[in-house]
Amino acid sequence: MKICVCVKHVPDPNLPVQVDLDTRRLVRDPAHCILDPGDEYGVETALRLVEAHGGEVVVVSMGPPAAEDALRRAMAMGADRAILVSDEALAGSDVLATARALAAAIRPEQPDLVLCATESTDAYTGLLPGALAALLDLPQLTFARTVAVEGNIVTVQRATETGYQLVQAALPALVTVTASVGEPRYPSFKGLMAAKRKPLITRGLAVLGVELREVGERGARERVLEVREVRQVKQGRIVVEDGTGSSIEEILAFLRSIQMV
Amino acid sequence: MGERRVWVWTEIASDAPHRLSLELFTPARALGRAEAVVLGLTSEQALEQLGEFGAQLVHYAADPIYAQFLVEPHVATLTSLIESERPDLLLFPSTPTARDVLARLVGQLGRGAIANAVALDYDTSGRLLATVPCGADALATVTLEGPLPHLVQLRPKAYAAEAVGGQTEVCLVDLPVAETSCRVRVIETVEQSAAGPNLEEATVIVAGGRGLGRAENFRLLEELANTLGGAVGASRAVVDAGWVPYRYQVGQTGRTVKPTLYIACGISGAIQHVAGMRGSRYVIAINTDPDAPIFELADLGVVGDALTIVPKLTERIRAR
Ligand SMILES: Cc1cc2nc3c(=O)[nH]c(=O)nc-3n(C[C@H](O)[C@H](O)[C@H](O)COP(=O)(O)OP(=O)(O)OC[C@H]3O[C@@H](n4cnc5c(N)ncnc54)[C@H](O)[C@@H]3O)c2cc1C
Ligand SMILES: Nc1ncnc2c1ncn2[C@@H]1O[C@H](COP(=O)(O)O)[C@@H](O)[C@H]1O
Repeated sequence: MKICVCVKHVPDPNLPVQVDLDTRRLVRDPAHCILDPGDEYGVETALRLVEAHGGEVVVVSMGPPAAEDALRRAMAMGADRAILVSDEALAGSDVLATARALAAAIRPEQPDLVLCATESTDAYTGLLPGALAALLDLPQLTFARTVAVEGNIVTVQRATETGYQLVQAALPALVTVTASVGEPRYPSFKGLMAAKRKPLITRGLAVLGVELREVGERGARERVLEVREVRQVKQGRIVVEDGTGSSIEEILAFLRSIQMV
Repeated sequence: MGERRVWVWTEIASDAPHRLSLELFTPARALGRAEAVVLGLTSEQALEQLGEFGAQLVHYAADPIYAQFLVEPHVATLTSLIESERPDLLLFPSTPTARDVLARLVGQLGRGAIANAVALDYDTSGRLLATVPCGADALATVTLEGPLPHLVQLRPKAYAAEAVGGQTEVCLVDLPVAETSCRVRVIETVEQSAAGPNLEEATVIVAGGRGLGRAENFRLLEELANTLGGAVGASRAVVDAGWVPYRYQVGQTGRTVKPTLYIACGISGAIQHVAGMRGSRYVIAINTDPDAPIFELADLGVVGDALTIVPKLTERIRAR
């Protein structure tokens, strides 16, 4: 079984998000970018399936050259090889343009399964996987809490707002996973060393046969017109509890003033 | 150019329109002629309710197949409807199924889409303007280019649902669903007990974070919430720790809430948490750390130990 896992190099979510007000893009200082923690669940799922059924795990990312870092991390976890879709013309791509570039890289691999996370930590649109499934003409099974493959059938427990659904499709298929699929493994020292030597190929647009007008700023349908800061600091009242219960009287007074008690 | 046709992707939950879909008729009415798209069997009352919320027309496909197979039949039908009816704008709620349909439609039609919008408008030249949060401290104004319809997904509570009273016309959609689009089969649907807080509807939320120390201390919040007639919420840190189930979680990856009063106890105020509660009318924060970011959005900030303050407060309110 061949599994392609889409992974993204994102600004470390534990650091504050920065937006460049001039270029109107997220600031992505490569030194502060990591493998998207959500994507580790996709990598983990792929590794478990291949451990059970045999096969190969190929991690795929679209991003600047620094995104190699995220791919190496996924290979340190155990993925076999990596494809980086990278081209200056891809800068400024929106969901559709990203999906086109990833589809062009994944299509020739003819995977049995494509795995994505439900949403990325930086953009969190959650739209990429479905757009990719349409472009690759694959059935899409989403919000997976569990993923099982038997023969050529994939079965997924799909989280819903009020419970879950058991859904099924024939391979090849695209699946998006949630954090419920199981704790991602931590790369071992051996894994970290091995990852440095695992094959990683970088593909530009010319090789992929993607038209320039379909990607990057030019292909993007979504345009950011303006970004404005809205850091509103409420000038609220701050009181310090001094051990006498004075703050409780303050809270009561406030609740009265807004007619809550 | 006639009036803009604005379609609302309407999901049906337990034989009634999903509350997040109902919210979208408010902007749809403001921006043009509101129409609903309902794919799958539902009741007459559900269709009538759409009229009450301002749908002038419902495109209704009364076919059980839409519940038996996911996404692709919906996208195929929607694609044909778009081609024949040429709407200007499609609005999607933030539900899992709406997201699936919208995402596939983006690839299928080769259109752009805006996700996570919190406000929508057109400028005087007819350009679509969507407001989208961009990090914790910035809002972006985004537009879409290319052919119509434009596709936009709105965050929960971006608009309030308003029953305006009205009647709707129902237009039956009678498009055959091709077998080739029936690839993802629903084997079983399981409803899990929905016990727990209804955060979206609560006027008061008492929320707890890691500062409460351990799971048992959530009882203190429940008692305060009960005396105020409110519900209990939580930060992701305590959901991840297993103190309370996921449905308590407020924030970017949890619920978006807009209560009149939000009392944050032992919550630091991380941007992802704030993303889900910044719409609260009043905020009271109780935290031992005077530098906790949550104080920046508090109307009343109390620097102190939530474990002693909360029970005493409950007692005082009860004694009144
Ligand atoms: C992609 C992503 C999505 C996320 N989504 C969400 C989300 O949806 N919702 C969410 O909440 N978080 C989310 N987070 C996590 C978020 O970044 C924070 O880690 C989390 O909100 C912290 O929870 P907390 O405030 O309870 O804990 P902490 O940050 O540990 O804060 C605990 C606070 O309690 C105070 N305290 C300690 N003892 C006491 C006491 N006795 N009395 C009063 N105060 C006390 C401390 O001073 C501290 O400020 C997300 C993170 C990422 C990366
Ligand atoms: N640039 C990218 N490269 C590889 N995978 C991506 C990229 N962007 C998004 N994805 C995948 O799509 C998922 C959802 O992303 P998004 O639609 O941005 O929320 C991510 O978790 C990844 O699995």
